[in-house]
Order: sequence, then C-alpha cells, then structure tokens
Amino acid sequence: MSDEEMMEGGVQKKFCYINRKAPYGTIYALESLEVVLIGAAFEQDVSLIFMDDGVFQITKGQDTAGIGMKNFSPTYRALEMYDVEKLYVSEESLAERGLTADDLLVDVEVLNAEQIRDLMEQQDVILSF
Amino acid sequence: MLHTVNKSPYEKNTFESCIKHAAKGSAVLLIEDGVYAVLKGSAAAAKVQQAMGDITFYALEPDVNARGLKGKVMDGINLVDYAGFVDLTVKFDRVQSWL
Repeated sequence: MSDEEMMEGGVQKKFCYINRKAPYGTIYALESLEVVLIGAAFEQDVSLIFMDDGVFQITKGQDTAGIGMKNFSPTYRALEMYDVEKLYVSEESLAERGLTADDLLVDVEVLNAEQIRDLMEQQDVILSF
Repeated sequence: MLHTVNKSPYEKNTFESCIKHAAKGSAVLLIEDGVYAVLKGSAAAAKVQQAMGDITFYALEPDVNARGLKGKVMDGINLVDYAGFVDLTVKFDRVQSWL
C-alpha cells in the first residue's frame, strides 16, 4: 500500500490523548492541544481524556490578560469543527477540585475511574501529556 | 517570613510542605499553579482553611484570573497584584520560595 493509499484508504486507529496538567504553569497542555489539532487532519478516531489537573484546562472564565500569556482555552470549543468530539472528564478529579461539568467550557462526558480504565484499554495509541 | 508556592497542590506536595513548616504569624503567597489551592469547595481549600488561624494567605490575582478562578476564591484570601507582591517582599524580612 502506498503512502497515499494509507492516507485515503481508511487505516483508522483509535487515538487517545490523556491530559493531566494545569494549563499555564507548564507547556504540556498547549503542546497537547497542538498535537491534537495536527492529528485531526489525519481522520483518526480521536478521544481526549481530562483528568487530575488536566480538568483545569477546560474551565470557564480564563482570562490571561494579566500574566502576558495566550489564553488558548477557546480553542477547545473549536475541536468540534475538526471532528474531535469525544471529550471525557474524570468524575473524581472534578469532585476533588470542587468543580462540576457546569464549570467547563465544552460539552463532555463525565466518567468514573473504572470507565476511564475501560476507555484506555480500547485504544490503539495513547499519547500522554 | 513570607513563603511563596507556585505548584498545584494536587500535583506536588509543595503546598503541604510549606504550610507544615510555616511559623505562626507568617504569610503564604500563592502564585502560578499554586493559586489552585484557594478554589472554593476544593480538597485543597479545606487545608487552607485549617491553616488560616496561624498563617495569612495571599493569592496573586493575575494568576487567579488566568486560571478561571475569579469569583471562585474561598473567603479569607487576600488578593494582591504584582505591586502587592513587591510590598509583601518588603514587609517581611525574608522570603522562602517553595518550588
């Protein structure tokens, strides 16, 4: 199979991006988002999991004017346009931080640890940030 | 003494170590990811609440706002801007930066 056929010919894998870091203290969150957007061009079956401090990436009301950094949180709302629609959030991580799904700026499916474990087991490729 | 903490209380034990070792009458200024400790209703906020009797807590407002915590900061936290940060370093004789 040529490279071109690979691209068009429906070799589709399940890709899962696991986001566990808060957005501005380190570069992980932004780098993950960049990779997701690049990967979206390859028409794979993409899932994103937000757990631990990763849930802070998608909280509402971020305003970075005072710290001189780019607020990249609106980009999560644009993922839908790239057919990245499977967003999952850890129930335990939200609860520990006093948050609910209403505090998040995108529609997500809230999963418990057991459900996240099963989701991870179904993947072909896992990218961890 | 003024202590600063810049790590999330969920990712590192920096915050916990800091409050365990901060003397009565000292101040703790939360900056960068350290500000997540004052999110109302969170597990970390309960620890801040416990320590409040002995320690005065401050949080850097630009970092609070960047992380979407505006209006979600627990009661009893003093918000400061960058000038307020400078004032605190002047007010206290020493600064310990917990990393």
